[in-house]
Amino acid sequence: MSADFTARAGAALADPTLKIAIDRTTITARTKRASAIAAWPEFPLARALGRDIKDHVIAHLDHYLLEFEANAIASGARVHWAETAQQACDITVALCRAADARSVTRSKSMLGEEIGLPHALAQAGIERVETDLAEHIIQLAGERPSHIIWPALHKTREQVGELFAREHHGALPLDTAEQMMASARRELREKFLAADVGISGANFLIADTGAVCTVTNEGNAELTTTPPRLHIVTAGIEKLVPSTAHAMSLLRLLVRSATGAELTQYTSFHRGPRRPGDTDGPTEFHIILVDNGRTRMRAEGLAEMLRCLRCGACLNHCVVFRQIGGHAYGGTYPGPMGAVITPILDGLAASHDLPNACTLNGQCQEVCPVAIPLPTLLRGWRDRSWREGLEPASLRGSLALWRFVARRPALYRAATALALPMMRLFARRGWISAMPLAGGWTRHRDLPAPPARGFMAQYAARQKAARR
Amino acid sequence: MAAADRPHVALFVTCLVDAMRPPIGFAAIALLEAAGCTVSVPAAQTCCGQPARNSGDRAGAADLAAHTIALLEPFDAVVVPSGSCAATIIQYPELFDAGSAWHARATALAGRTHELLSYLADHRKFIPAGIALQATATYHDSCSGLRELGVAAQPRALLGAVAGLALLPLDGAETCCGFGGTFCVKYPAISNAIVDEKARAIEATGAGLLLGGDLGCLMNMAGKLHRRGSPVRAYPAAEILAGMAGPAIGEPA
Repeated sequence: MSADFTARAGAALADPTLKIAIDRTTITARTKRASAIAAWPEFPLARALGRDIKDHVIAHLDHYLLEFEANAIASGARVHWAETAQQACDITVALCRAADARSVTRSKSMLGEEIGLPHALAQAGIERVETDLAEHIIQLAGERPSHIIWPALHKTREQVGELFAREHHGALPLDTAEQMMASARRELREKFLAADVGISGANFLIADTGAVCTVTNEGNAELTTTPPRLHIVTAGIEKLVPSTAHAMSLLRLLVRSATGAELTQYTSFHRGPRRPGDTDGPTEFHIILVDNGRTRMRAEGLAEMLRCLRCGACLNHCVVFRQIGGHAYGGTYPGPMGAVITPILDGLAASHDLPNACTLNGQCQEVCPVAIPLPTLLRGWRDRSWREGLEPASLRGSLALWRFVARRPALYRAATALALPMMRLFARRGWISAMPLAGGWTRHRDLPAPPARGFMAQYAARQKAARR
Repeated sequence: MAAADRPHVALFVTCLVDAMRPPIGFAAIALLEAAGCTVSVPAAQTCCGQPARNSGDRAGAADLAAHTIALLEPFDAVVVPSGSCAATIIQYPELFDAGSAWHARATALAGRTHELLSYLADHRKFIPAGIALQATATYHDSCSGLRELGVAAQPRALLGAVAGLALLPLDGAETCCGFGGTFCVKYPAISNAIVDEKARAIEATGAGLLLGGDLGCLMNMAGKLHRRGSPVRAYPAAEILAGMAGPAIGEPA
């Protein structure tokens, strides 16, 4: 109930266009996912397998990290280790400077957002060109992604048309999505080809080959990683899988859960720099392995969160996300998965609203392709927030009073016998539309008037009468 | 211990039913007796501790859990007319250290605790007889009962035995109504947006009645429907099943 979160959520709720934008994408996503899962009778088995693969790797991270590093180096890649976001950005910027890079292209990566790479590149004076269409929209608007797979989900196509008309050079028609795409392509294609460095993320790091797998629907990852002289991969260490076969098992879960498709348009495996005889590819291939709180998550009871494939299904199905959108969460990652991760990245004091602003309805866990017990993890943060005294004094006071009375049944009955008739004073024709201390409820909905006597009192009276 | 065919059941009525909707408690007693149970209502019962648990106050929740465990453990079974309160009791073991005496007692009680409608249908093979209600209704699945306890088919099977009652499908029946216990008063604006969408879906069914198994969710939806001026009337499913459909939620007695 911090003022910041309430204000952000309030602003989102007051924006009817935002709700239209959220519904357009998330309703489609939910429908398509549901048909994909319905057409896949082995889904529960695949889900259990996916969960087990991730759990195994997370339990043996040290082993697979070293195996991946050795195989990546053998393929000609250079491997860098970054414990913090700052280190990851510093390494990236240093690599760009060493290559005398003036412009870099970037293929959408939430890890890049997490470590603040766009900001770091800007600080270093390096031009950044986003190759993902939605990231391009976000960059033009000077915003941050509001969804982990549809960064511009909060914008309607009408708003994107207006933005392109303002920012793009040229007078192409911008009435349809295809026309907007053509305009973006004309705007960006030359920049793609002229870039010195391409920066991508990773969907999977494959330990036994040292390869990096990326999935996209626009082919922009390939344009980012192939033409420039340097290809830099920034990847969270939880992206490891033992082998290509394991990546395939997870890929099936990831894509169906994200968009309902069986496979993305492009699924690429990048392994090492250009070899003699190759017609294209970077001359240098760097992989930056980023921890940024991940080993802490493993140590602090959040290991299950490291299973996350970043599919976005929990966002699309979350009743809270669907009302307030991603920006209201205030962190890099929104929705249920974001509410678990953000306290690690930004600190619980700044983000304790996120695990609390949840109805614990459990649908996120139900749709998660790797069965992350999101409500349980959110409860863990609530427990910690309470222990650390971050919850408001009013809540602590009223719960302490409630507990004191509820522990004393006679007092509890007396309090009930007193409270119910008082509440009834505010009722008109069976409903209370406003009452002191009940504003949270009655501001938006009516409260049915309570009975004059509670069940326990009525039951006791009936028992007494029956014994006579 | 009573004979297996006539279990001695403790009704844990829940603090919300006690304060806001006593007919649910009486309907539960009638249904359990009709289903061949001996019913007791332990007099010292108060609250299961869910508000404390959901707020992160584990010590407070454990304190109320201990009170409730000691009260309910003498019975063959504990039946609760609410999915979320039943789930709270079933999850009591999480509040105590594994290996402790309280953990063992909580675990034993959890194994004997049931949500009312699923207990009637699954454990008592109960089918309401001679109950009739000429109405169209739609049913909302409350989340804790649905996802934590698997309550979905049972209320529909029971309601299917009510003569004259037509159940209409609710778009998004398995989507949260925005109640969430303390959530609805801690984040009222978000809760309102969620329940408004739910109310519209309920109105779109064209049903005259909204039925459900959890009073908190029903009060949230009924209160929003009333604020919107909707004619839909809300009833706890237990009252319909017991043939005790008096005034709907919010209708003067």
